[in-house]
Amino acid sequence: MKRSGYCPQTPAQIREMLAVIGVSSIAELFAVIPPELRARSFELPEGMSEFEMLAGMERLAGQDRRDLVPFIGGGSYDHLIPAVVDHLAGRAEFATSYTPYQPECSQGTLQALYEYQTVICRLTGMDATNASLYDGGSALAEAALMALRITGRKKILVDAAVNPFSRQIVQTYLANLAVEVVEIAALKGQGDRQQFLATLDDETAAIILQNPNFFGGVDDFSDLAAAACVRGALTIVSIYPLSLGLLKTPGEMGADLAVGDGQSLGNPLSFGGPSFGFLAVKKEHIRNLPGRIVGETVDKDGRRGFVLTLQAREQHIRRQKATSNICSNQSLSALRGLIFLATLGREGLVELARLNYDKAQYAEGLLAGIRGVSLLNAGPTFNEFTLRLPTAAASVCAQLLTRGIVAGVPLGRWYPGLEACLTVTVTEKRSRAQIETLAAAMEEVLWS
Amino acid sequence: MELIFEKSAPGRHGTVLPKSDVSPAAELPAALLRAEPAGLPELSELEVVRHFSNLSRRNFAVDTNFYPLGSCTMKYNAKAAEEAVRLFAGVHPLLPYLPAGESFVQGSLGVIHQLSQLLAEITGMAAFSCQPLAGAQGEMAGIMMIAAWHRSQGQQRRFVVVPDSSHGTNPATAALVGYEVLTVPTSSAGDMDLDVFRQTMNNEVAAVMMTCPNTLGLFNSQVAEICAIAHGHGALVYCDGANLNAILGKVRPGEIGFDVMHVNLHKTFGTPHGGGGPGSGPVGVSEKLLPFLPSPRIAQRSDGSYYLAEPAAESIGRLANFYGNFGILVRALAYITMLGRDGLVEVSEQAVLNANYVMSRLKGWYDLPFDTGCMHECVFSAARQLKQGVHALDIAKYLIDRGFHPPTVYFPLIVKEAIMIEPTETESKETLDAFIAVMIEAAQLAETNPEALFQAPRTMPVSRLDETKAAREINVCCSWVIAGEERGLRI
Amino acid sequence: MDYYFTKEHEWLRLDGQSGLVGITAYAVEQLGDITFVELPRPGREAKQSEVLCAVESVKAASDIYAPVSGRVLAVNEQVESGPEIVNQSPEEEGWLVRIELADPGELRSLMNREQYRDYLEGLS
Ligand SMILES: Cc1ncc(COP(=O)(O)O)c(C=O)c1O
Repeated sequence: MKRSGYCPQTPAQIREMLAVIGVSSIAELFAVIPPELRARSFELPEGMSEFEMLAGMERLAGQDRRDLVPFIGGGSYDHLIPAVVDHLAGRAEFATSYTPYQPECSQGTLQALYEYQTVICRLTGMDATNASLYDGGSALAEAALMALRITGRKKILVDAAVNPFSRQIVQTYLANLAVEVVEIAALKGQGDRQQFLATLDDETAAIILQNPNFFGGVDDFSDLAAAACVRGALTIVSIYPLSLGLLKTPGEMGADLAVGDGQSLGNPLSFGGPSFGFLAVKKEHIRNLPGRIVGETVDKDGRRGFVLTLQAREQHIRRQKATSNICSNQSLSALRGLIFLATLGREGLVELARLNYDKAQYAEGLLAGIRGVSLLNAGPTFNEFTLRLPTAAASVCAQLLTRGIVAGVPLGRWYPGLEACLTVTVTEKRSRAQIETLAAAMEEVLWS
Repeated sequence: MELIFEKSAPGRHGTVLPKSDVSPAAELPAALLRAEPAGLPELSELEVVRHFSNLSRRNFAVDTNFYPLGSCTMKYNAKAAEEAVRLFAGVHPLLPYLPAGESFVQGSLGVIHQLSQLLAEITGMAAFSCQPLAGAQGEMAGIMMIAAWHRSQGQQRRFVVVPDSSHGTNPATAALVGYEVLTVPTSSAGDMDLDVFRQTMNNEVAAVMMTCPNTLGLFNSQVAEICAIAHGHGALVYCDGANLNAILGKVRPGEIGFDVMHVNLHKTFGTPHGGGGPGSGPVGVSEKLLPFLPSPRIAQRSDGSYYLAEPAAESIGRLANFYGNFGILVRALAYITMLGRDGLVEVSEQAVLNANYVMSRLKGWYDLPFDTGCMHECVFSAARQLKQGVHALDIAKYLIDRGFHPPTVYFPLIVKEAIMIEPTETESKETLDAFIAVMIEAAQLAETNPEALFQAPRTMPVSRLDETKAAREINVCCSWVIAGEERGLRI
Repeated sequence: MDYYFTKEHEWLRLDGQSGLVGITAYAVEQLGDITFVELPRPGREAKQSEVLCAVESVKAASDIYAPVSGRVLAVNEQVESGPEIVNQSPEEEGWLVRIELADPGELRSLMNREQYRDYLEGLS
């Protein structure tokens, strides 16, 4: 048997170790497993060197197209990632450690996570957050669960303009809990405020909103948050964190819980993962947060240090009464988010958001100027907007794909009645030339 | 060390962004804008690099220290797997949702499909979904599928049974899915108490959750009988596969009666733990649960091409934004590909050898509550040391001073002063011997000079930290001033 | 004044129709530094042996069961802001809840100080 490079014991050492244990073979160590429970099959390929493996992986990766020009977002965004992010987050001391249960030898991770928590609070205008959740969708589900616990109520209102995948995740998490989830229609690219106010009642645990919404619309939900508050319901706002370089924060809107996905902060597309989810709250809700939280304290000699805190909420102590079952989170992705924000800095994030806004507005003007094309909603947008095309968006999208352009997300799959709609995303990475090429190509596809 | 915010100087910045090539757009209405920029730190690139490089040096990690953290399988993470991830960068996850978009992502879909198939063969389950983002989410998916299956049988059951040695995520998951938890004690042999289990079972039990091998590091030879008893009551059996490392190629949970299981790619399949994550917790099912798997599912046509299958009506739905922690899936596929069949068998054999060696060498020094051969990890108790006032925690802190990351302490909860050691297969005998020597030293100090243990650690940037203060005077976010108001200091 | 005790280490000190409820010195010692007390809302009806409130320490969380049935009349707000009083004075200043006794008959199921002392001895 050719041994892998990862098991270091020499044959002599194995013999010595077996002698210490007092058995004659490794097989004897498995003697507790009755023969009838032994594996009947283990048909795996032979192992190979890393060079052969990488050659195979390269062939597989070659079957992905990486040359397409993406004007697509919908929850995953093609943003610049400064080299320092990969470099620093790739350090083995961060990457190959685990949950900092032993704080004295984990101050690196702990302090970084405390700093991460701080930037998330500052970004969202909230008081407290945890050391990350899995992703934006599960963070939204955890927020909904939190609202159910806090209010003791059993009904949730969700704006249909919230990312459909996030809504599906909320449905999955709540499916077994006898909770009523009411969707508020959003046909014109915006949740129907009147329906929101009419449906909101004293049984409502929370309202769920998203800014910018799935269609790209930017809103100020202060009025809805105030109305929810009057009814004793919590307001959950899901946000695209990069947009907070410019946009009003959930905190400023009066949200009780703010959630989002951190992919746009220094995490590559990577076919949808890993990224990280965040859930930031008003201070009165901190004890209801799921997951790890890092807190500041002092050591025996009075020096500042950091520890995992408020652990009595968590599964390893509270078991079935824990605020969540989450154990491993997405620390390393959250660290990437922190490094990304730190290297951009206060002004850099504003500038980055501004670049997205300016380019998207330019694209919006060009595309909406094409004959027969209009905007689904003429309201303000950030870096995404939804076009209504004179024909099925899916077929336009398909034709543009053959020219190497991913023109956006056709909405028909998630919004019956909006088959002609296409949501286009323009990040700072798209050049003016690419935007103009898209506009020209779309015009051609539509009219020649 | 100073916080990054304390190193900030107004007007400084790191990364320079490209200049805009379009003219500025009209401002958004003021009501939609934030009042002032977020209080992010302002540093040059070098300062950012120094800050995080120096922070990283305040960590123990697998690449720098032996890290025998029980139940977490802190094995070496192959660097070639990191290379593999780079090959798959930059693919947008919504492409398969576009018309004919699947043809653009055959490589990425292939990774997920191939890994699912390999996991199915390794575990003997019928099929896997790689969507769960960690073990606990895999558990949640599994218990939800069990709930959905009972519903499809026209039943609504109330309880989930877990042994008292189970990991906290097991009962927490059951509660998250709306079940009440029934806990079964552990017998003196370290297995679930079979008599109590029989009495606990009834036709209201939806699922029994077992860890195999269990969290005491023991293989329960009655596991097939437990599955049979559960099935006899119409319940399904869940396998927490966090400890799969011990039985690779030896036992396939799908063959011995388990209906659902999750595996932790960040444990068994060598993906890095990232200071707490991201991990990945693919969930596998037997034939009868196939329709309930999370959606979307990645399937293969007869011509070999991959596609997103329409979700089955019975599917429990979506768990994650997209297809799971894809970057972690690539690493796990790389790992399995390199090790292959014999390599994986070697993993379990060497992991079990190493754990038994440590156990044999230390059992004269520490109490061994369940004194039988172990699998991939062994659980000691510091009960003997406690007589001198020395806790498991004190021993843990002493190990830090000697350059070892401590084992897991105080888990499983049923072992008083538990010290749970999982050496993993990637550690050499030399490393194990050095660790054993320090563990023995700690046991001797407990007798002769316990004060030396109480004072540890002394060599770290901080000494023992005041966790009570942290919990009483909550400070989870560094303060800042916004609109003239100080925010975020104390809660 | 008369203290009554439960097997779960709560105490009840009766004065007239109502009494104060807290946790015993033994319970506090087991828990270590108390970091948080989650108190019930005044007005809540509690049932004997059901969960009344919870206390947390750094590494544990523990439910507190109602020693008798009755309505919660008041809670000790001091322990909310300064949970350390429960450590400092578990059976006096560190009381948690004032409860109105619904059924004096329930007192019979509780232990007196001597019985509780014997019970503790049996535990070790
Ligand atoms: C036995 C056991 N089960 C479940 C889990 C949960 O896995 P994860 O942290 O990936 O959610 C763990 C991880 O610590 C474990 O050790």
